[in-house]
Amino acid sequence: MTRIDVKKTYKLYIGGAFPRSESGRTYEINDSNGEFIANPAQASRKDLRDAVLAARTSLPGWSGATAFNRGQILYRVAEMMESRSGQFIDEICALEGVTKTVAKKQIEESIDTWVWYSGWCDKISAIAGSTNPVSGPFYNFTTPESMGVIGVFAAQKPSLLGLVQALAPVLAGGNTAVVVTSQKFPLPAISLSEVLATSDVPGGVVNILTGKTNELAPWMASHMDVDGLDISGLSKDVETQTRIEGTENLKRIHRFPDGNSPQRILAFMEDKTVWHPVGI
Amino acid sequence: MTFEYAPAPESTSIVNISDEYGLFINGKFVAPKNGKTFTTINPATEAVLAKIAYAEAADVDKAVAAARVAYVKVWSKISPQERGKYLFRIARIMQERSREFAVLESLDNGKPIRESRDVDVPLAANHFFYHAGWADKLKFAGVGDNPKPLGVAGQIIPWNFPLLMLAWKVAPALAAGNTVVLKPAETTPLTALLFAQVCQQAGLPAGVVNIITGDGKTGSLLVNHPDINKIAFTGSTAVGKGIARAVAGSKKSVTLELGGKAANIVFEDAPIDETIEGIVNGIFFNQGHVCCAGSRLLVQENIHEEILEKLKHRMSQIRVGDPLDKNTDLGAINSASQLARIKSLSDAGDEEGAQRWSPECALPSKGFWFPPTIFTGVTQAHRIAREEIFGPVLSVITFRTPQEAIEKANNTPYGLSAGIWTDKGSRILWTAKHLKAGVIWANTFNKFDPASPFGGYKESGWGREGGRHGLSAYLKGGN
Repeated sequence: MTRIDVKKTYKLYIGGAFPRSESGRTYEINDSNGEFIANPAQASRKDLRDAVLAARTSLPGWSGATAFNRGQILYRVAEMMESRSGQFIDEICALEGVTKTVAKKQIEESIDTWVWYSGWCDKISAIAGSTNPVSGPFYNFTTPESMGVIGVFAAQKPSLLGLVQALAPVLAGGNTAVVVTSQKFPLPAISLSEVLATSDVPGGVVNILTGKTNELAPWMASHMDVDGLDISGLSKDVETQTRIEGTENLKRIHRFPDGNSPQRILAFMEDKTVWHPVGI
Repeated sequence: MTFEYAPAPESTSIVNISDEYGLFINGKFVAPKNGKTFTTINPATEAVLAKIAYAEAADVDKAVAAARVAYVKVWSKISPQERGKYLFRIARIMQERSREFAVLESLDNGKPIRESRDVDVPLAANHFFYHAGWADKLKFAGVGDNPKPLGVAGQIIPWNFPLLMLAWKVAPALAAGNTVVLKPAETTPLTALLFAQVCQQAGLPAGVVNIITGDGKTGSLLVNHPDINKIAFTGSTAVGKGIARAVAGSKKSVTLELGGKAANIVFEDAPIDETIEGIVNGIFFNQGHVCCAGSRLLVQENIHEEILEKLKHRMSQIRVGDPLDKNTDLGAINSASQLARIKSLSDAGDEEGAQRWSPECALPSKGFWFPPTIFTGVTQAHRIAREEIFGPVLSVITFRTPQEAIEKANNTPYGLSAGIWTDKGSRILWTAKHLKAGVIWANTFNKFDPASPFGGYKESGWGREGGRHGLSAYLKGGN
């Protein structure tokens, strides 16, 4: 008799736990041949609020950690992903309908992206900060600091790499994140949450929501406790409306070209300038 | 013993105000198409200073077109070093004519001549001198090896530091290779129009700087103009959000310097005399018409009484009156409408149960005046603790622990600036790290410099102005 597989229930990742949507909603995910794979959660507005709360609660710990420590934790994520490569390759092949070689390349690039941003954590301030020669007896310096809670709309495809390219710089800058995954290809993102849960990333620092991107977008954009948005994965037709809703608390909203850049870290950091008199 | 001060008015003979000013477009003063004008007055006397052209759609089009032609044909073609030399020239002419600028600024704005002479005008000239040197060094500004200007910048500035805000906007824009259309505030257009004459004296190519005068409608036309690449605005958070909405989804890049409700935190070990000076400078500098004003005084509970007593004594020495008098500390409120806002919010302070105190001081019978004022017994829920008053009104709140100070300081949608007063270095750095604000003054307040980035967290705006960080807002590949 053939053994029956034990299939995974794909759930949300909020505050370090794996809840189903409070709404009870799910949606069907099929592979590239149209065969059923899973019923991941369709996150609700309440789930999004819970995720923002978890991100806000975990912010002092994560932004207060030393940059060196954050770098080590991001590197640990890379280690954990490497050891689970097979799982990601299977999911990417099934969903995106690509060959194993292409899927392997995507996961390798994703891992290398974590490694690259890991190294940035304790260098970005030195590159972007300054001491400023003001005309007076003052010591004056500028340093970039974490911005807060950042909403991330991951690219629809490549589902894993697009997410990592958006998420890693947000974390490197000391922010916490609420991620909306690729709607059609959400499974690698959920597997990533299992990686994060076992990588010393404190619960709540990354929260991952699956569901309908355009349904979640206005809720994220209008949430008053979200400080910035990476809308690289949002379709252009909802961009203007998202930006308009984001103005209510003047969210910093950015769309980036593919690829890695220190600008992606700095876009979600705030420059702080401190003055102090010099004297005896 | 009481000292009597003899009046020491600065002469106005150095300024030559025309009866009527046109729009400065393509290097010349021109009449607005529809011939509409408005007046600008001296807020200390309510006397009319001049008739000012009112720019409407056709005029805005004309100014933007002039800036576009100047960008394409001249300013983007000229060598960066030569571009810088124009800015150096402008800085030098502003220094040469500094007294004229200072007197004119005090006449039109109402601020004390001591401040316009010693702060606004020298800082404005320094801003041009600083940015002049950047023009041929842009590839070292941290935005990539081949930074490019954005194109035509539309710039809208407030009335609280008219010339200085012009300098903050125009100098980095020109240094980075952009051309500009600038709209000064409705109540304070005169120094911008004098600056237009400086551009002429400097031989700046026509159309590189265009100055259009008007009100919020003129500003809105500029913001919505399709041929603008960049909007830079300084003003209220409400208007700033409206601009952000208006340009959402367009290709225009935006920087916003908006409101604030800064906490000025006084710890129990603060050097008291310096702190009192810092509190006074923090809230009464420029009549409190300062977005980064230290308008919430957070005092550690055990020194509350002592601070209040000394602060009241010091406030009793503040000289309110003629802005042109060199002994004046607190000048005129800029406009009738701003005075009404200050009065209305202060009345809300009374109604909500805070206690108001002002020293005895005689206010002139004409013009717009408000005495230096503090409110005690203020809670975080009071409107005077939450809303930007933009006047000489200080709300005093107490705290017990440093953690509580941080919580109260950050309990605002704003995040522009903050102050820290303590003798302990480690406490300064701990407090500075935890404050959610873009500019932190420790054992000082309200200091500005072209080399020092300025700008806020949260609803205090987008981006920075000044220093290398501010320059990047006018370059492609920048933030």
